[in-house]
This record gives sequence, C-alpha cells and structure tokens, in this order.
Amino acid sequence: MKEAVGAAWSEEWGRVVAAVIASTGDWDLAEECAQDAFERALETWPRDGVPRRPGAWLTTTARNRALDRLRRAANESAKLREAARLDPAGPAAAAGSAEAQAVAAAEAAEGDAVPDDRLRLIFTCCHPALPLPAQVALTLRSLTGLTTAEIARAFLVPERTMAQRLTRAKAKIRHAGIPFRVPPRELLPERTAAVLAVLYLLFNAGYAPGAAGPDQRRVTAEAIRMTRLLTRLLPDEPEAAGLLALMLLHEARAAARTDAAGDLVPLEEQDRTRWDRQGIAEGVTVLEVALARRRPGPYQIQAAIAALHAQAAGPQDTDWPQIALLYAELARLAPGPVVELNRAVAVAMAHGPQQGLALVDALDAAGELPGYHLLPATRADLLRRLGRTEEAADAYRRALELAPTEAERRFLRRRLERTAGTQR
Amino acid sequence: MKYMLLICSEGPFTADPAEMDPQPWIDMAGSRRLTGDRLRDAEDATTVRVRGGATLTTDGPYVETKEQICGFDVIDVADLDEAIEIASKHPMAAYGMIEVRPFWNG
Repeated sequence: MKEAVGAAWSEEWGRVVAAVIASTGDWDLAEECAQDAFERALETWPRDGVPRRPGAWLTTTARNRALDRLRRAANESAKLREAARLDPAGPAAAAGSAEAQAVAAAEAAEGDAVPDDRLRLIFTCCHPALPLPAQVALTLRSLTGLTTAEIARAFLVPERTMAQRLTRAKAKIRHAGIPFRVPPRELLPERTAAVLAVLYLLFNAGYAPGAAGPDQRRVTAEAIRMTRLLTRLLPDEPEAAGLLALMLLHEARAAARTDAAGDLVPLEEQDRTRWDRQGIAEGVTVLEVALARRRPGPYQIQAAIAALHAQAAGPQDTDWPQIALLYAELARLAPGPVVELNRAVAVAMAHGPQQGLALVDALDAAGELPGYHLLPATRADLLRRLGRTEEAADAYRRALELAPTEAERRFLRRRLERTAGTQR
Repeated sequence: MKYMLLICSEGPFTADPAEMDPQPWIDMAGSRRLTGDRLRDAEDATTVRVRGGATLTTDGPYVETKEQICGFDVIDVADLDEAIEIASKHPMAAYGMIEVRPFWNG
C-alpha cells in the first residue's frame, strides 16, 4: 500500500498541485493540500483499497481541502462571496465530509478526462521573468514532489537558501502577475524552448561528470519523467520529443561512462556491452517519430548524433562523416564555440586529424573558449594522432592547468604520460 | 493589474526622431495606458530628504548613474505577459530598456 501511494506521489504530485493552483491561484495552499491529500491516501487506501483512478481521487481530495480552507478563512474574514465563486459545486457541497465528496467526485469524473493543468504549471514555472535557478527549483518542487531539502541537496546549496529561492519565486508570480497558463501561439516557440532548457539542465544535474550522487540521479530521473510527460502534452512539438530521445540515449550509456574509481571513461573506451540496449531502442524510436515531422531543431540533431554513437558496434564502426554533417547543421541552428569544437572532433574522425586541427586552431586564434580545458585537450589529442608528440604534450599540460575536476585531471595526466612515453 | 513602465536610457544615443515618436505606441496601447509622460533630464532633478526634522534639498538624482529614467507610463492590463508585450513595443525598448514594475495594490 505504501508502494501504491509512493508510486502515485511521483506520478500524480504535479497534477494535484496544478489542479489546486488552477482553481485557487494559491501556490502555497496547493503544496500544502497536495501533501494533505497524500497523507489521507496513506490512511484510507489501506482500509478502502486503492481507488480505480488514484490521480482523480488525490486531485479531488486536495481541491476540496483547499476550498474548505478558503471557505473557513472566508467565513472568518467575512469574504464568503470569494469562496462561493471558487466553488463550482456551490455552497451545498460544503456539507458532508471532504472524503465523501472526494470519492463522489472521483467516481463522477470516472468517465470524463480529468483536466490536466500540468502544462500550465510547467510553463508558469519556466517563465522568463523568473531567474533561472528559481525556474529550476520551482519546476522540481511543483511538478515532481521532491522536497525542498532534497532539491537543496541535489544543487549543493543550504536548505534555507533553497527555501528562500522557492518563496521568492512564488511571491514574484503573485506580485508581478505572471499568468498561470499555456502561452498563446505567438509566444509558444520561445517559451517552449525555455521549458526544454530547464528540463535539460535538470537532466544534466545528475549526468555531469563527477556530480552524480543519489540526489542528483533522482533529479535526472525526474527530468526524464517530466520530458516524457511534456511530449504527451505537446504532441506537435518535435523538439520536446528530440530532447526526450537525447536524454534516453545519454542515459542508456550512463553505466559505462565511469569506471570503478568514478573516473570518466571516454566514449571510444567504453564497454559497449554495458549500454542499455532497450533504452537505446526507445530513444531511437522516439527520435524517428520526431524527425518524421520534418521540423528539425537543436535537440533532435543532438539526439541524432547520440543515436549514431549508440548504434555503432565499436568506435571504428561509427558513422563519423554523418556526425560531422550533423554538427555542421547544429552549428547553423545553434551556433557556439562548444558546438564548433565538437564539430572539429567529428571532422577529424571523418576526414583526418589535420582538418580537425585546422578548425580547433581557428577557434583558438579567435580567442573563443578562453580557459576551457577541452580546447587544449582536443588539440592535444589531434596533435598526438599526427605524431607531433612534443606539441601534444604541451597542449595536455595546458589542459591540465585548466581542468576543473580531479577526475578530469587524472584522465589528462594518463594521456600526457602515454604521449610523453612515446616521445622517449 | 496595474504596472508602471519605467522608460530608461543607458546614456546618450542617436535615433531617428520619427522612430522615437511615442504616438503610435500610445495609440496601440489605447485605453490600457492610463497615463504617462517623458521626464526632464536627471540634471534637472532635485532630491529631497528630511533628517532630524530638517529638509535637505540637493541638486540632481538620488543616485548618479549613466542610466536614466527618461519617462514613465502606467498601464492596466490582464497580466505580466500583456505588460511585457506592450513594453516590448515601446520605441525606447530598442535603444534603452523598460523596467516593468507591478503596483503594490494591483
């Protein structure tokens, strides 16, 4: 029974919170009443059995609880009309226990679709008038039911700081009049991009090298769950599906990305038998459906690159010319020096290190990516493959000075030793 | 909801006077714009403080910066998205910036 409630928590928390915000406009009340509804489920489900539609039961229970509380507050402050306006069933429904109402309404809703306000919730959490860290935190808190303490641990900030961030974000929504809605058509593309950016950032919280503790892994899992939900709520948005495919394809390789010591294993050295074939198959299927809509975007292209890597039997079987073309397309749609650096690697693999090196040197000469260790590290790899070992060793040393984590420094040191070894 | 649009410049700039004519924007906002005006330069400002019962009057703005508030508008719209949309169409949005501040009492 605990498991049934626990499963409902992950699946339904966002729906319950969204429904209460939709009918009351009160974010704090929504969280409190969602919490209450789940506590009530823990009491009554063992006795009465799990309702046929747990989500509808929880939503109705939470909404009724919210209306009860507003009504009581309204009675106290003699603002009864406000509550009556909010209560679609009218004052008569106030009679009888909240539980009985919840059951009745859930049964009544059995045939109909329960209104899903989660899309409105996602867009509101990711409103550009909120600072990005607040968007990230609020999305997690409202949509996944992760507690403030869990979110704080995942992002390595004190719980008090995270609580203030959430309080501040909810206050701004209230004070500044940020609407609780799906943006109109003319705003939809840029606002969807903002939502996808937040979800990708959440995914990376547990995916960045050296950052994957259990709290971060949970955030990554929730990011995948939310993106999956978004593809259902926004079926006409191929970039949402593209992002889901990208996440699934990355996640399928997660187990092989680090060795026993927790060090990063580069793609070409990964044990491909440890890749999750089922995850790769799902990612590829999601991507193919998205690409069939013929509206490519940066996430679909990145997913296509990930799919080519994931489907190659070994490093030498990778379709590098195709990957180089995809990076060129990505550079056109979403230009940036990091994309250009990745393109250089693909070009080197497809057409030889000399051509890749020319692209890296152009980036270096333009002063792009100053202080970014992967620029000299990439340069070093290409120089090594060209047999220019002395220059390669110098570039590895430069990369070592810039590398931000110990895991990356260890990796570079090993490369440097190997290069210096061939020098002698 | 009511919002104050603070029309700010980031310092001197050159623009085609026809482009800076606010009238088309005022017409577009229509009845949603309650009031507004351009303000004289900050060098014409006077700052007033009362300390220990004495009124202290100083020349200039309360804080000296390159950025200046050069006008304001009060609009009454449904929500922040509508306020942002109107602000984004103000001629100064392309040269300076518009700060959108919600009213305390909605």
